[in-house]
Amino acid sequence: MKKTKEKTFSQLGYPGRLVAVEGVDGSGKSTQIYLLKRWLEMQGLKVFFSEWNSSGLVKSATRRGKQQKILTPTTFSLIHATDFADRYERQLVPLLKAGYIVLCDRYKFTAFARDTVRGCSPDWVRKLYNFAALPDLTFFFRAPLDVSLNRILQGRPQLKYHEAGMDLGLSDNIEESFKLFQGRLLKAYAKMKTEFGLIQINANQPIEKQQEMVRERLAKVIDLKGYQLNQ
Amino acid sequence: MAAKRNIASKVKPNKKFLGYDLPGVKARELTGKLIVIEGADGSGRSTQIKLLVDWLEAKGYATTQVGLKRSSLASEELERAKNGNILNRTTLSLFYATDFADQLENIIIPSLRAGFIVLADRYIYTLMARDLVRGLDDKWVHNLYSIALRPDAVFYLKLSPEKLIQRNFMKNHTLDYWESGMDLGLSKDMFDSFVQYQKLLSDKFDDMRKTFDFTIVDSDQSVDSLNQELRDHTKKIIN
Repeated sequence: MKKTKEKTFSQLGYPGRLVAVEGVDGSGKSTQIYLLKRWLEMQGLKVFFSEWNSSGLVKSATRRGKQQKILTPTTFSLIHATDFADRYERQLVPLLKAGYIVLCDRYKFTAFARDTVRGCSPDWVRKLYNFAALPDLTFFFRAPLDVSLNRILQGRPQLKYHEAGMDLGLSDNIEESFKLFQGRLLKAYAKMKTEFGLIQINANQPIEKQQEMVRERLAKVIDLKGYQLNQ
Repeated sequence: MAAKRNIASKVKPNKKFLGYDLPGVKARELTGKLIVIEGADGSGRSTQIKLLVDWLEAKGYATTQVGLKRSSLASEELERAKNGNILNRTTLSLFYATDFADQLENIIIPSLRAGFIVLADRYIYTLMARDLVRGLDDKWVHNLYSIALRPDAVFYLKLSPEKLIQRNFMKNHTLDYWESGMDLGLSKDMFDSFVQYQKLLSDKFDDMRKTFDFTIVDSDQSVDSLNQELRDHTKKIIN
């Protein structure tokens, strides 16, 4: 894939910065972004951790679609894009305009991976999301597939239908389907590395080692002095 | 996945997607016809569709009717969003697109596959025009709806804003907040806003004619003569 021409928040002149973590389930990205948040907070910086709090309306439609299993690859993609847009317009953009460092556990790359694995056109999905600027920094936590699978399958045996990609019809066995689905997602992520300049972190090393690399990289790209809370 | 396509027969598909094929749908299997009626509220769309359905069914054609905000996936929430005006424009646009895609895949395509004539009370063009007058990016909007099927015919019922107003008052004695484009802040006066907004939409439809194939039908005529005109156009498609 060619490098994208889309711009980051910093390139678009926003005072804030957006940092995203991506990777398959069980890659440890949520732990890493939590530690990153703690580190930034302890320095007294304007930091916000964006959780996925969808508006009630979009949430209720998504829930119905999932429960009744009436979602196709296209409507699955569109309802999640709606949800993303809602969060983007209501939460992310205002904070970035107010000069915050916004941390996102997953960003649009999750949708690119998930939707194209489901069969949507990669080009269509990318354009669908191009209302949203690129993060200033995206970490891609990559572990061998069996490592991330083991983390999930040991800790949380109750897999959800769509999370396991059961709608793709890869296997009737939910655990088997989950494994196949995650494998495809991992490949899709790997393909996006150059296209979007994702920073790959080897997620198969000690947590604190990964965190050290993340912090170092972040401090290089974002001038943290400019984000003090009392400014 | 790509390998399967090689078996495709040489029959020329009469149905096409505007841009991207929907996953799992073979356009050439869609043997029915898709007829779209576009036009503002008060332009006579629903009356004309009713008459077309009667006429088609009398001739032995099976029909299906679709319209905006009628999906089982998103219609309920869209109605609530409209009443509260709480979603931003990109979000609302995508929500409408979700509603559209749900009907496209669950109603329009299965009906066309079964050889039905699908009558759509508005289609992507209204949705696109609404997005465009709200300042959403032209390319983005076109990409969003490039998953739609190209209709066999699009009839755009055209009526001046002044006449539309009169028809709306005849029907409801009131103007609708959204049909007046009040969210755009064109004017605090609903009457003025309605006239300005309908003019903007009508300009967008004129622009879109350059890209899409519309048949413009003057709606300023009697119900019967207008329907006759639509039947004449329809005959060319169904025979």
